[in-house]
Amino acid sequence: MDFELVNLISWIDESLRDLCGDASWAVSLIEYVLIAIAFLGLYCVLALILILLERKICADFQCRIGPNRVGPWGLCQPIADMFKILLKEIITLKNNDKFLFFTAPFLILAGSLGTFGALQFGKGLVGVDFNVGIFYMLAISSLGVIGILLAGWSSDNKYTLIGAMRSGAQLISYEISAGISILTMVLLGGSLNLTDLIEGQKDSWYLFQGHIPAIIAFIIYLIAGHAETNRGPFDLPEAESELCAGYHTEYSGITFGFFYLAEYLNMFIIAGIGTMVFLGGWQPFHINYEWASGFNELMDYIPSYCWFVGKVFMLVLLSLWVRWSFPRLRIDQLLHLEWKILMPISLVNMLLMAGWVAYIAAQNN
Amino acid sequence: MGSSEIFVVVLITAIVMVSAAMLIAWWAAPSSKNAQKGETYECGIPTRGTSWMQFNVGYYLFAILFLMFDVETVLLFPWAVIMKSLGVDGLIAVGFFLVVLVLGLAYAWRKGALEWK
Repeated sequence: MDFELVNLISWIDESLRDLCGDASWAVSLIEYVLIAIAFLGLYCVLALILILLERKICADFQCRIGPNRVGPWGLCQPIADMFKILLKEIITLKNNDKFLFFTAPFLILAGSLGTFGALQFGKGLVGVDFNVGIFYMLAISSLGVIGILLAGWSSDNKYTLIGAMRSGAQLISYEISAGISILTMVLLGGSLNLTDLIEGQKDSWYLFQGHIPAIIAFIIYLIAGHAETNRGPFDLPEAESELCAGYHTEYSGITFGFFYLAEYLNMFIIAGIGTMVFLGGWQPFHINYEWASGFNELMDYIPSYCWFVGKVFMLVLLSLWVRWSFPRLRIDQLLHLEWKILMPISLVNMLLMAGWVAYIAAQNN
Repeated sequence: MGSSEIFVVVLITAIVMVSAAMLIAWWAAPSSKNAQKGETYECGIPTRGTSWMQFNVGYYLFAILFLMFDVETVLLFPWAVIMKSLGVDGLIAVGFFLVVLVLGLAYAWRKGALEWK
């Protein structure tokens, strides 16, 4: 039928098995290396695209042109930046805690790539697929907080320390409402496995299935998720005018590059989780009525990975729009917003959803 | 291939990527020693004292509150999965659990732990 990347993957698998014969360990080894290269390539290419996108859109918001010298429309600018950042000196400071200082980028990248590996890019296009997938994603993304705290603490700089503490407080606070809004959708879906969750959205996405509680949860997730990326109105940890650059002030060259990379990819990952839980992941948009069957078939012709990437980039663009539209919050406003507004609302909302699910279950029996 | 193996592969990829990039930078980038370069960069003038000292206790308060609600989320996940089969009974049982938790939040709120000072 249509071209699906899954066919390509199974073709590679079969031809490798033909090639190696009995040596199945060799097949596994080659496939592991291929998986590693695929994830790494996707990770880096997405980061380059997101960096260029951000710079271009930021320029449009501020009535500037943005990068336009390297390649047509500045398309090669992020690649040039990448090589330049690789060739910059890694400055080692006199007083800092060197072990923790260089451990922090490892933790941040491990958290980011570990979460990235569990995204479902399309039908069957999935790396890590645990039966507690969504729980695993929430858990492993917390590694980033430890990385940020270590980075700020080990630099021996007052600004990095303040930046790291603010970032830690912000990330852990907003993790609660993001977690509870995901929990709300798990109530509706009845599974922690991401494949099951996405399969359950075949006819209509959870955003529409869950009615008002789902929409409230989606809005709360968008706000909390945006805060988790440390960007936009929530960029207190690296408030330039107050704290130099926040927790990564003392990092230079490629060690800074890792923080930069992880920040952009986290934007993608947060949007990806939102897409999988609320917007149906790679499922096409269906109207669940008899008269719309032609429309539904038309939607099925678009490959699943196009649906996923399209939805994720829509959420990423929304997040960029928010980032360049609102002024920065103060820390007391930030914590007030989370603890006194978002969290109580999301708790009540979760109970509403539980009531709705119980009502449906009672109807079916 | 199982998910656990891919998980290990992904983690190893992250570690290899960071180490490889650092090695390339260490090999390819210029390097020069300079007494000024190793100084802490705060605002240009020499820094006073160490940064490893006491700081605002407010952060700890929020961390403790976070711990309470994060453990709550962990406990609620299994409940959420089987909510469909539990029906109203599950809702009532979790309602008691949440009431105790919200009492704790109300206490913290009343005591002013949620205010930033």
